[in-house]
Amino acid sequence: MERAVHDRGVWPTDMPIDRSEHELADWELLTDALVSALSSEGLMNVDELRRGIESMPPDEYERASYYERWLFSAETILVEKGVLAPGELDARLT
Amino acid sequence: MSEHDHDHSHDPITADGEPPAAARARALEELLVEKAVVQREDVRRNIDRLVSRSPADGARLVARAWVDTEFKERLLADARAAAQELDLDSGPSPVVVAVENTETVHHMVVCTLCSCYPRALLGPPPDWYKSLPYRSRAVSDPHGVLAEFGLELDEDVELRVLDSTADVRYIVLPRKPEGTEELSEQELAALVTRDSMIGVAQPVAPATA
Amino acid sequence: MTFRAGERVRVAARTHEGHHRTPGYVKGKSGRVERVHGRFRNPETRAYGADGLPERVLYQVCFAQQELWLEARRGAGDTTLVDIFEHWLEAE
Repeated sequence: MERAVHDRGVWPTDMPIDRSEHELADWELLTDALVSALSSEGLMNVDELRRGIESMPPDEYERASYYERWLFSAETILVEKGVLAPGELDARLT
Repeated sequence: MSEHDHDHSHDPITADGEPPAAARARALEELLVEKAVVQREDVRRNIDRLVSRSPADGARLVARAWVDTEFKERLLADARAAAQELDLDSGPSPVVVAVENTETVHHMVVCTLCSCYPRALLGPPPDWYKSLPYRSRAVSDPHGVLAEFGLELDEDVELRVLDSTADVRYIVLPRKPEGTEELSEQELAALVTRDSMIGVAQPVAPATA
Repeated sequence: MTFRAGERVRVAARTHEGHHRTPGYVKGKSGRVERVHGRFRNPETRAYGADGLPERVLYQVCFAQQELWLEARRGAGDTTLVDIFEHWLEAE
């Protein structure tokens, strides 16, 4: 059966588990807080967040850090809902 | 399959040591505030709430359950209600389930599909919990994973791996270490580690002086 | 159909294109209902902006690790418990 990239249970791997601790960076806290705020505003629920994450191209999903995936999903859902225009965030960054 | 079985970014790091996602997150906040989609104060408040939660909250539940059998029964029956007794808010998940480790049963928790975690009771999850190898191997090789965390179960202990795939959040009630009969509830709470409430570690009694 | 704790069930082996919360490693596997968690909105529609109604019953299903993979390394009694929505379960 075809496995989606996020469906990790029993995914073959011999990678050890990296147990180093890391304090969440400011942008990671910000991303988390933004998603919570969007959820309170009824603009994005947890299932949409997950679906947006799952829509990442598989190699990008595997490469991305946790909150990079959240950010990707938030942007995807917000563009879908017309809150952001496609490319609007990129334009802001240049 | 992919060689990329680790959970950190390969994006170039900018001069200030931040990945490009950092600027992106800030720009997103700016845009959403300008559009009045979210309020900056709400975002700040969410950050405050996020950093205010820590494993110390869950540890209070565990320590109370260790010293009060009736509380333990209530915790196992309805962890959300039991948390409220200690003025702890167990978060937006409608159902929080506490599972008890005993001499014959050991529980450990994973979320193979994403990273579901009882954040309101334990704070944000550690990186390893969110990592691809943990999400894969906690179900396919749980004894191997426990060994990496330094935990070896006796042969006759049943290992129960909980995959929190849906709306329920799980917190493990670890075993009370031997030789802690004299400790106060507060002293006991200090022994309860985050990892023991995920089920990959066992609390240990303080070394006697 | 509603299952009760203790009943044997099998997870549907079907593929599902969109968002869903049934991990691949339990599809087609049999287990036993351990708990009935209650009714929850359906993530499969909620993930696309719908209200997720009608709610679906969510179960905790207990699988013998030996049922999930033949080479379970040790502990014949070891189990894996997974939360699965009713519409993914069939009576066995």
